[in-house]
Amino acid sequence: MPALYAKPAPPSDDKRWKIVETRMRRMGDRPAALIEALHAAQEAFGFLDESALHYVGDTLGVPHSRVYGVATFYSFFTLKPQGEHTCVVCTGTACYINGAKDILTGLERELGVKPKQTTADGKISLLTARCLGACSLAPAVIVDGEARGKVSATDLVAQLEAM
Amino acid sequence: MSEQPTAARPIRRRVITEEVHEGPVRARAFVCEAASCMSSLAHDVTLRLGEAAADAGLNDVLVKRVGCLGLCVAGPLVEIPETGQLFSNVRPDDVEGIIEALKAVKETDERQPQGAFFEKQLRVATENMGRVDPESLDDYVERSGYEALKTALAEMTSTEVREVVTRSGLRGRGGAGYPTGLKWTTVAKAAGTQKYVICNADEGDPGAFMDRSVLESDPFRVLEGMAIAAFAVHATEGYIYCRAEYPLAVARLRSAIRSAQRAGFLGTNIADTSFNFDIQIRLGAGAFVCGEETALIQSIEGKRGTPRPRPPYPAVSGLFNCPTLINNVESFASIPTILRKGADWYSAIGIGKSRGTKVFALAGRIVNTGLVEVPMGTTLREIIYDIGGGIPDGRPFKAVQTGGPSGGCIPADHLDTQVSYESLIELGSFM
Ligand SMILES: Cc1cc2nc3c(=O)[nH]c(=O)nc-3n(C[C@H](O)[C@H](O)[C@H](O)COP(=O)(O)O)c2cc1C
Ligand code: SF4
Ligand code: FES
Repeated sequence: MPALYAKPAPPSDDKRWKIVETRMRRMGDRPAALIEALHAAQEAFGFLDESALHYVGDTLGVPHSRVYGVATFYSFFTLKPQGEHTCVVCTGTACYINGAKDILTGLERELGVKPKQTTADGKISLLTARCLGACSLAPAVIVDGEARGKVSATDLVAQLEAM
Repeated sequence: MSEQPTAARPIRRRVITEEVHEGPVRARAFVCEAASCMSSLAHDVTLRLGEAAADAGLNDVLVKRVGCLGLCVAGPLVEIPETGQLFSNVRPDDVEGIIEALKAVKETDERQPQGAFFEKQLRVATENMGRVDPESLDDYVERSGYEALKTALAEMTSTEVREVVTRSGLRGRGGAGYPTGLKWTTVAKAAGTQKYVICNADEGDPGAFMDRSVLESDPFRVLEGMAIAAFAVHATEGYIYCRAEYPLAVARLRSAIRSAQRAGFLGTNIADTSFNFDIQIRLGAGAFVCGEETALIQSIEGKRGTPRPRPPYPAVSGLFNCPTLINNVESFASIPTILRKGADWYSAIGIGKSRGTKVFALAGRIVNTGLVEVPMGTTLREIIYDIGGGIPDGRPFKAVQTGGPSGGCIPADHLDTQVSYESLIELGSFM
């Protein structure tokens, strides 16, 4: 399904747009590539701003309203910039009964962040996730993409503060 | 074809061990590198063991990364398969005991039983778990991998393959338990030239990590199962829809797909026949509902994952409105073994209308958290006490939850229930 219009130019000459462009081209620049393209953009930039949503939509021939609809439907996508580091706390059943709640309370008390928030100094974003499939390590957290198991609130706060 | 490099390259400790390993292998150390153990430094253990074996001049020892050894709670785990010795909670700076044990392995040693946790299980979908390097096609082939696909392509018709699956009694392992052979037949007979095969690897239920362990430990098995299915239903394109929260599973799948393509097990003219089939990965993006098949299909099409009413069923009108076979990871993972060992072998296992085996993830307040596979009909008591080791600190058992949010909690007075699709539904729960 070749596009009937010229492909839009990337929002800026930032090299990372190349990655996004390539991923879409490999999938034939078809509307079905939307979610993969959003994954690529978020991997490259950390979050999806308006220019990313528009660029992806225009390339794939998907209306902006639908791009926005998809980006907000999936909780993995974030439209706000993230802190320097991210900490994801698993709140699935096994982690929950093994102390995920205490971890969240601890982080809120010591760092002043609630889930989906970033610390005032822009250092740490706190997120929660449903089961990470690491139940045998409950409670599990992911710090900057690396899974850690059997964590305690105190240790985690210390580690995050040291970063 | 056999000269082609198959395994993905970055297996550093293999290189380390190969330097010192010239003659035959006397002893091996298998290190679990599935996600649970990885997050407790299993990879460092592998590297360190390789170095320590080299330092000790052990030139007949192979240190190998494998998938989940099943007993995640005690990870990182190292097993010496020659003796059956299992080392738990291994630290990278504490591998001397394993080196000594490796030194002591003699040719006359026999594998010792490892206790109820291992002995009460029957492994089909997980038969290679903890035995093969998940990124090595050679390892997979050595354990009869791709025999089933080759036989199917060379000696069987699509109809015959479907008959074997039907007679085996296999039912969908994704929850609903729909007969797999029947579903395959519907797709095969549906009108249309373009057909798709989808593997549902969204695994959203909290506490469930069966599919993840299979993908991380033995990804080729899922690819082979999908290829056999594609042949049986006349599909040429496949998708694996995997949760983005499973980065290690995704990485291992990507590596396995590349190796299978290079060795001619995916792509055009598979195993030197006229059969063509290729697989792409699609990442989920954190929506539980996308495990439901119609929502999942919407998501692969790049849309919001909103379920739609059925019929039409995906088997008739699914991805891009074409007939689509969608099965769960564990369902596909059972296929190669069923074809290899036969429908009669598989259907002899089980109880009532639930044939074969089922993989369970044990999690929560239980002594042995980890992954187990048992024949259908095993009682909850055997799973929780004999295999799972019971409740920590000898506390009383209160309830077990099965089947995720669609399932329910089963109280203590039903501990002697034999697990099957029917018995769990009768108790108001779900597989
Ligand atoms: C809300 C909901 C969530 C589901 N999640 C999953 C899932 O995570 N994995 C899965 O394989 N099937 C899931 N299913 C079942 C699928 O819709 C589908 O029946 C299954 O993938 C078919 O494969 P099978 O026949 O091999 O079981 C879910 C169903 C519902 C209604
Ligand atoms: S990781 Fe395990 S414990 Fe944590 S939520 Fe997931 S399933 Fe539950
Ligand atoms: S993840 Fe290591 S034993 Fe399961």
